[in-house]
Amino acid sequence: MLYIGYILIFFGSMAFIVSAIGLLRMPDIYTRMHVATKATTIGILLVILGAAFIEPSWSLKLLLLAVFILITNPLSSSVIARASHTSGETLEVDELKEAQK
Amino acid sequence: MLTFFTIILMSAMFLTLIRFLKGSTLSDRVIAFDVLSVISVALLVVLSLHFEQSFYLDIALVFGLIGFLGSTIFGRYIEKGI
Repeated sequence: MLYIGYILIFFGSMAFIVSAIGLLRMPDIYTRMHVATKATTIGILLVILGAAFIEPSWSLKLLLLAVFILITNPLSSSVIARASHTSGETLEVDELKEAQK
Repeated sequence: MLTFFTIILMSAMFLTLIRFLKGSTLSDRVIAFDVLSVISVALLVVLSLHFEQSFYLDIALVFGLIGFLGSTIFGRYIEKGI
């Protein structure tokens, strides 16, 4: 049980590292938001699942935290995407505009 | 082992903080703030495993709520102004 939890927390931390590197290297704001939301959601879910494997008596609180993160994280990313689209940010490589020429 | 996870999460936090300080637009900084709050929640879960006390999970829940409210309010601010 303990080592399964450690392995899950390790993969979650690796997802956070991938997210941080992508946040540094991606060219424009929409790809940055893509990498920032999806990778951190799977990372936090793996960390919470690993914690539930290590301490099974805390499962209810951890489930509450997981459901909360799972609801709010895509919602805030959608709000930021809509706001940056309204304020006129553009894609670095926009294939639709190139195809419409 | 938990110290090792803390080091990994702190290095992810450091890389995100570079984007937070460097970011060219306001939306970049808001995204980096969102990622920072989620990494803090993960760090609090690891901390509660390390000290074996479950009240850190309550702090993690409140921290997630405050991070969500912050990024949502900043999104509305980018869109419409105050």
